[in-house]
Parts: sequence; C-alpha cells; structure tokens
Amino acid sequence: MEKKALLISGNESCVEGALYAGVQFYAGYPITPSSEIAEGLAKKLPKYGGVMIQMEDEIASMGAIIGASLTGKKSMTATSGPGFSLKQENLGFASFNEIPCVIVNVMRGGPSTGAPTGPSQGDVMQARWGTHGDHPIVALAPNSIPEIFTETVRAFNISEKYRIPVVLLLDEIISHMREKITFPEKGELEVIDRMKPTVPPDQYKPFDVSNSPLPLVPPMAAYGTGYRFHVTGLNHRTDGFPTNNGELIEKELHRIMGKLDLYKKDMFRTEAYMLEDAEIGIVAFGSSARAAKYAVNELRKQGIKAGMLRYITLWPFEGAAIEMLAQKVKFIVVPELNMGQLILEVERAAQGRTKVYGVNRVNIEIIHPHDIMEKVKELSHGI
Amino acid sequence: MAFEYEKYIRKGTLPHIWCPGCGHGIVMKSLLRAIDGLKLDKNDIAVVSGIGCASRLPGYLDMNTLHTTHGRALAFATGIRLANPKLKVIVVSGDGDAAAIGGNHLIHAARRNIEITLIVFNNSIYGMTGGQVAPTTPLGAIATTMPYGNIDPPFDLVKLVEGAGATFVARTTSYHTAQCEQLFKQAIMHKGFSVVDVIDACPVQYGRRNKPREAPDMMQIQKDNSIPVQLAQKKKPEELVGKIITGIFVKKELPSYTDTYYNTIIPRAQAK
Ligand SMILES: Cc1ncc(C[n+]2csc(CCOP(=O)(O)OP(=O)(O)O)c2C)c(N)n1
Ligand code: SF4
Ligand SMILES: [Mg+2]
Repeated sequence: MEKKALLISGNESCVEGALYAGVQFYAGYPITPSSEIAEGLAKKLPKYGGVMIQMEDEIASMGAIIGASLTGKKSMTATSGPGFSLKQENLGFASFNEIPCVIVNVMRGGPSTGAPTGPSQGDVMQARWGTHGDHPIVALAPNSIPEIFTETVRAFNISEKYRIPVVLLLDEIISHMREKITFPEKGELEVIDRMKPTVPPDQYKPFDVSNSPLPLVPPMAAYGTGYRFHVTGLNHRTDGFPTNNGELIEKELHRIMGKLDLYKKDMFRTEAYMLEDAEIGIVAFGSSARAAKYAVNELRKQGIKAGMLRYITLWPFEGAAIEMLAQKVKFIVVPELNMGQLILEVERAAQGRTKVYGVNRVNIEIIHPHDIMEKVKELSHGI
Repeated sequence: MAFEYEKYIRKGTLPHIWCPGCGHGIVMKSLLRAIDGLKLDKNDIAVVSGIGCASRLPGYLDMNTLHTTHGRALAFATGIRLANPKLKVIVVSGDGDAAAIGGNHLIHAARRNIEITLIVFNNSIYGMTGGQVAPTTPLGAIATTMPYGNIDPPFDLVKLVEGAGATFVARTTSYHTAQCEQLFKQAIMHKGFSVVDVIDACPVQYGRRNKPREAPDMMQIQKDNSIPVQLAQKKKPEELVGKIITGIFVKKELPSYTDTYYNTIIPRAQAK
C-alpha cells in the first residue's frame, strides 16, 4: 500500500518525530513561535499514556523534564529565545549530570523580547555556550519539514545514547512553514534507549564508566527501580557525591567533554550539495540553507561553480569538512540570520586557507537567494 | 531500643556539613523517624532539594536523592512525581530556597495540589551564603544585607501556601521533635501538596547578630514562644505578637494533580 503524504508544519513534524522517538514526558511554557509543539503534545501524549504539563515558567519546565528523565522517561521541552535564556541554569545541571533530554529552541528575532514572529538564527552561540562553565551539549539544525522529523528522532537518540542534552535549533521559518512529509513506518528509523546498569544496586555508581560497554558513557539507572543514587550540581565523584578534590573534578569534566570528541563522528551530519567541482563554497544551516541551495542552482546557470556545505549538526562543530573545502575554493560565504555567529567557527576551521565572508540580516526578513548571489558575484569580480 | 538511623543514612557521608548548634540535623532525625514509622520502602522515596545548608540533606539519605539548583527543587520534584506516581516525593528547602527564589514554584505546586511534601527548614536567614536577609527574616532583625535592621516584611509561609491552595499545611519547630515526626508522617501520607513549616535555628548566621545568640537559647525561645493553633484561635492578635503558632492549619481532601492526570486525562484522551 502506498504511504500517504501529509502537508504539515515544522512544529507538527517535531511533535510527530518526538512521538516516533518515544517521548514520554513534556513540560513547557507557551512562547511564540514554539507553542504548537506543546499544543500538539498536549493532545497526543496522553493517548500514549505519556505526560504533558504546562509549568509556571521555563525554569520550571526545564527542571521538570530533568526530574522526569531521572525516573527513566524520555523527556523534552520546547521554547524560543526568552525561554531558552531562562532554561540555561537547569540545562547546565542536565549537562553536568548527563541527564538525557531534548530542548527545542525555535529561534526568533532577539535580543530580549525582540521579534516574537520574526525569523532569526541568533542563538547559535547561545545553544553552545548559554549556560555557565565548560559543559558538553549537542545542537542539531534541520532545514525542512521531513528533516525536522528525522532530526527530532536523532536528537532523542543522541541524548539517550550518550547522556548529553540535545538542543534542536529550529527557526520561525521552518517551524511555521508547511511541506509534504511521509512518516516513516515503525522500525524504519533507529530508536535508541538509554543504557541501563547491569551491576546490582549496591555496586552501582551513577558516573562510573569502568565497566561500561560504551566508553566514557555511564549506564543510567532510574529512580524508583531499586537503584538508590545521588545527583547533585556540585562537582561530584563517580559515586555521585560532592567532592573538592581538584584532580577528580578535572578528570570528570574531561570525561564528559570527551564524549563530544569521541562520538563526534556519530553525532555529525552534513549535506554536501554540488561540492565536487565547486570553486565557491557556501556554508549554511537551517532556513538560510534553503536560500543557499537555490542560489547555488542559479549561480550555476550563470556559469559560476558554487557549492554548498550544509551543517545539520552544529555542535559539536566539525571543522574537518571546512578545512578540505577551504583548500579548493576561492572563497567561502556564510549566510546566516544573525550578525555573524557560525562564521566564527568556519573561519577558525578554514585557518586562513581561504577568505570567509558573511551574508547577514537582522531586519526580521529571511535571507533571499538574491542576497547570496549578489555577494558571490561581487566577490568573484574582485578575484 | 535506640533508633537505628544507620538504616537510612548513606555509608561514608557523615559527618554532615552543618555547624554545631544548627537545627537542620535535628529536623532530619525527625524526618527519618517519620519515614521509619510509616514503614516506607527506601526505594520508593525520592528526596529533592534546592541549594542552601538545608538542601544538603538529601545527600545523607540512602534513597533516590536529588540536589538541584537554588529554588527549583519543586519543579524537578514535579517531574519526578508525574513521571513516576509510585514515588513518595519529599522536598527539603531552606526558607530562602522555598520562598524567595523558589516562590513561584511554591505557589504553583500548592495551586496544582501535586502529591509532594515540602518541608521548609525555616531559620529566618540565608545560612549558607553568610547571613543575608531572607523573605522570612523578622522586621528589625540584623542581617549582613540589612545591617541597620530589616525593613523588608516577612512572609507567613503558612498563610502563603494556604492562600495558594495547599491542602495540608502545618507548622512546628526544631525543638518539638515529637510533633515534627507526627506532622511529617501526616504530611507524607497526605494525598496532595503538603507543607510543614519548621521554625529552625541558625546560631551561626542569625544568632550571631541577633538575640538570643546561642543555640540552646534559640531552642528555648522555640519552646517558650510556641502556642498550639487551637489555643491561638482564642487569643487576640496583640496577644500573639512574637508567638510561633504550631499545629495543623489546613487539612482537606481535594483532587490531586497526578491522580487526576492519570485517572481522568489519560482515559479521556485515549477514548477519543
Ligand atoms: C541562582 C543562585 N543564586 C544564588 C545562589 C547563592 N545561594 C546559595 S544558598 C543561598 C541561600 C540559602 O538560604 P536558605 O534557602 O534559607 O537555606 P539555609 O542555608 O539557610 O539552610 C543562596 C542565595 C545560588 N546558589 N544560586
Ligand atoms: S550556617 Fe546556619 S543554617 Fe548553615 S549549617 Fe551553620 S547553623 Fe546551620
Ligand atoms: Mg535559611
């Protein structure tokens, strides 16, 4: 039987992806342009026996999903800029204590209240460094309705497998836009659940990795299953209790950060478009990559060999692809709906091998293919 | 036979961090006796706290324990309780933790009538950070951030949570250990949001700058100034100035959040 294609919005796709991944707990606070995710899950989660609760604010929402995750439930929240800012302290708690959870941030124009319905990609750096201190975090940035579905599933998978909070960075454009999607059948996409301990409760240490089948990742027990363990935001030993031992503190911080390096390959995802023979590189993500793709096609019609490298995994940022690109192209253009955030990482990875230019907007309009084409043509003349 | 606290204390976690004379440890003992008296299984209890001296308590208990961020314990606890209704969830908070930074979560947990027991270790001060004023510090008292006397009126926590909708509200002091134990038992078994405001003593950060200074004298005050709520009801307001009114203020049965979610919302959603 042929599968039925549906026309749905990005936020609806996120809801369906979360359900496919097996979300069991959602806590959130309404904010444009993310509210449809909460509304969708309020309707659907209880049908599967799951919990949706509207909390008193985003701080509480973040706390509630951490509490739920500690009982073994796949948990998520969704918000936008102002709410994402409020979540940061507890997000740091989740990161430090390796508590799986998915945080959707539908980016809107900032700073502050900014433009509630205006498109933006201004939270690239906040997604990485929003909470204080060095901490591991993953951020994924899909750019189409079908990809929001698959990346939502992947967000849960990465979070559960590696015990790292995953930020799903959407933006107002792809969240509210509608596109055709055919939902994958059950079993078609991999769905990963967190690793449970195999040792008896009296031998369990919540942050001990010495017997873990997955290096650097400790198996995770759930509250209420006979494993009585302690979790604290203070620096802690592998048994979960606070410590002031500098050596142990450093070792644990290196371990949790080390997961990003060790599993970067598995977390990493890009799309290469017309890059084989490209002389001009465009590095983009999210909704701006849609304009970039269009620009590549148009430029090629005009005889300019452009190609696009699209980052789907933003954090951890993998620079190797840029390093290679920088060696073969005349220059790189980075279109983004902010004043230049991803470009900092691109420049760093390019290591001066080629020039890197931004195409930016913060006037709450989308980046047009035309903006990118003009920039490319202008720069091409100079060469 | 002496009570076996070892049954509930995690090996290797003592001595605790509390100062000599601090009331927090006495209240913890009452909590353990209450849990023991109720014959609860340690595996089915989650103890959650925020930040502060009082909030270090969960680490000492051999249960499912969580030491969260300042003021947010009730939010984390709400997630735990809703996600696993089998768990008895007990939140321990300092007065600053519960009523200042955590005030929003406090009133909403009460309004929701979620099945969580909150024990406030109310020492009228920010102990851990060095004696700054709390939203429970009496008018005129000296705090490091109110060096000329506190002008910021305190909350009556009992009235606050009663107004917000808590369905079990009680008060006692760290001196009244037997009453503490009894009230904790009732609070833990209550179906809904239950709060016990425990008037507690911080000799090191409060006593030091105020009267009386010493821990034993602070306990004496708790004893001498307490008056059961039934007696207090017969007194004029001016007779109650400076008194600590103890006992049960609210005890009522109303639909509780987790219960209603699982027994009403889920079936309703699944029927559609
Ligand atoms: C977000 C945040 N703000 C401030 C602090 C600093 N801080 C730690 S404990 C505390 C007050 C604790 O007072 P209380 O809750 O009454 O507990 P006590 O120490 O008196 O038991 C403060 C302000 C913090 N840890 N986190
Ligand atoms: S500072 Fe006060 S509240 Fe903190 S442990 Fe010492 S006496 Fe107790
Ligand atoms: Mg205090």
